Amino acid sequence: MTTFLGMPTASPTTHLRTGESFPDAARTGLADSQQRHNLQVATTTIRDKRARVVAELDDWEQLRAAGAAIKDATLAELPDHLERFEAAVTARGGTVHWARDGDEANAIVTRLIQATGETDVVKVKSMATEEIGLNEALADAGITATETDLAELIVQLGNDRPSHILVPAIHRNRSEIREIFRDHMEDVDPGLTNDPEELAGAARLHLRRRFLSAKVAVSGANFGVAESGTLCVVESEGNGRMCLTLPRTLITVMGIEKLVPTWRDLEVFLQLLPRSSTGERMNPYTSMWTGATEGQDFHVVLLDNGRTATLADPNGRSALRCIRCSACLNVCPVYERAGGHAYGSVYPGPIGAVLSPQLTGVKDNPSLPFASSLCGACYDVCPVAIDIPTMLVHLRAEVVAAKREEHRVPTAEAASMTAAAWTMSSRRRWTAALRSLSLGRVARRMPALPPPLSSWARSRDLPDMPRETLRDWWVREGGDAAPDSAATPTPPSPSSAPSAPSAPSSSASSASEEDGR
Amino acid sequence: MNAREEILHRVRTALADRPAPPPVVRDYHQAGSRSVDVDVFAERVADYRATVHRCGASAVRERVSQILQERSIDEIVVPVGFPADWTPTVRITHEPVSVEQLDRVSAVLTTCSLGIEQTGTIVLDAGPGQGPRVLTLVPDYHLVVVREEQVVAAVPDAVADLDPTRPLTWISGPSATSDIELRRVEGVHGPRTLDVLLVAP
Repeated sequence: MTTFLGMPTASPTTHLRTGESFPDAARTGLADSQQRHNLQVATTTIRDKRARVVAELDDWEQLRAAGAAIKDATLAELPDHLERFEAAVTARGGTVHWARDGDEANAIVTRLIQATGETDVVKVKSMATEEIGLNEALADAGITATETDLAELIVQLGNDRPSHILVPAIHRNRSEIREIFRDHMEDVDPGLTNDPEELAGAARLHLRRRFLSAKVAVSGANFGVAESGTLCVVESEGNGRMCLTLPRTLITVMGIEKLVPTWRDLEVFLQLLPRSSTGERMNPYTSMWTGATEGQDFHVVLLDNGRTATLADPNGRSALRCIRCSACLNVCPVYERAGGHAYGSVYPGPIGAVLSPQLTGVKDNPSLPFASSLCGACYDVCPVAIDIPTMLVHLRAEVVAAKREEHRVPTAEAASMTAAAWTMSSRRRWTAALRSLSLGRVARRMPALPPPLSSWARSRDLPDMPRETLRDWWVREGGDAAPDSAATPTPPSPSSAPSAPSAPSSSASSASEEDGR
Repeated sequence: MNAREEILHRVRTALADRPAPPPVVRDYHQAGSRSVDVDVFAERVADYRATVHRCGASAVRERVSQILQERSIDEIVVPVGFPADWTPTVRITHEPVSVEQLDRVSAVLTTCSLGIEQTGTIVLDAGPGQGPRVLTLVPDYHLVVVREEQVVAAVPDAVADLDPTRPLTWISGPSATSDIELRRVEGVHGPRTLDVLLVAP
């Protein structure tokens, strides 16, 4: 057993990275026009639904602020809440296990299942078990885990990867789902159509026997209440209720950040989550249970796996407020086009771009903080007000700092930034540089550059430089001096103003037409 | 250090900057701040494509029998504690019921703990007339009787009234999924048909 002394470190044992950088993976996603169409249809639908049900509540902003404060308050006193939660679950006949990382959690769950003598388990969709690769670990131990959520089942049958937090198969449309069912569901009706109701019916039939005979279930949890030890699972289909209710043994894997201090706190989250997530006033089914319920053998595994490392960064810890609603994915222009697989993590989209690199450490996920245009739509819709854009900028700085530490010789990017800083810090040098660029007016396309600059240049276009700089124009039009040195700049005379800048503005508009191709 | 001690130690180390817990301002609509409109409750339950029926207190048995007849249901599971004077005239299966029996009978009649107007939600807490959780899960048809005085205004009122140590199931319409193209489709694993009988005092 290792003894821990320093600051918490992120964990490497995860499904939080693939090794492929975001720009490379996004290229694949962007080239898949079917997927882009599917995502556009699905996210547009859900965005409208969410906006309608959020507008119904006149106290939405107050709920949002309360949600953020409750989560921050929980994190600030997390050790106390963890201990209270453990005591409450234990007092009600449940068993609490602690796992430092994914491997340890997988080993605990495997051991608990083996103790029952079973080799088949049913699973409720759970981001935590997805994150730690539980299904693969169980398969290695000869245990078959069947995903029972419809979208997870589609992913599992299609041997695919999840691409969305709420709807892991969002990248598939109804016809693709029919093909997956026809090819991989052994008991399916060959005449199955692509009607969503028929597809849902096929899943019902396929899983029914498994539910009724299952002896062990594995779940995640949306919330854990510290004061009472109550766990809460929010779902739609009833597969969650099947798994939580029918099997003799229930094992719940929950991240340590899922706690809320009091039962009353759920009055906030049960309003925020369904409206943000599926755009409904309430999801069809919510189950809550405390300890061993109705004769079950109940275990809960509390998972760290990089969460304490995230907590250690005062500028990044609010990512742990996340309640996994996926509203930020549904509004993100980058997610809508690149798709969830491009993020290489079970947590895609804006929240994934801040959460995944913090859970793994930025060195293992250096491209994700850049997978955003910083438009801020994610912050606007976040039900717990996580300021994702600001956090992305913070993490970008962390990535740069980590690179600086690694490279004793500055990277090409660092060298060019240093050169730019030198040029821009002197008016004389900057004016000279601008003039030489305007004279050049060489190319709208970035010229072919040698590596490593080529990787930067290939996704960028160079705007046309105007024929005349603003400073030159100012002086020519009779401005007193260069504008940055004048205390109160005198505007150019009205008669000459409209015609003078015509050259720069016309060249700018022609450039933007070119860019709009 | 074992895993428990190590995680707690990591958390304490991570909080070395001692962030102050922010005050939780509850200036949203709190429990008891709003009156109840049972008509809105009925509308919102129906929005989920559950079928809402209404009757007076003296007509419950008659109405339940009629609803079951219209659904062609001639056998139904009724949990312990369901009011005798509400029990319909069809064949009744009493508890204890095995999962196989539930799957075969495939219809269940229960009371509830409360209803929530704002969200059209019905909460069961395994109290009298509601049975264990499995009872309202395996059958494909669920008829639940809600007394109008059981309807509360919103989620905070429900949370204030409920006991977290009881097994709770919040039901908002029949089983549904949004997993295909994010469009809602009714009917997956839970009851595909939900009938609600709202009883005036």
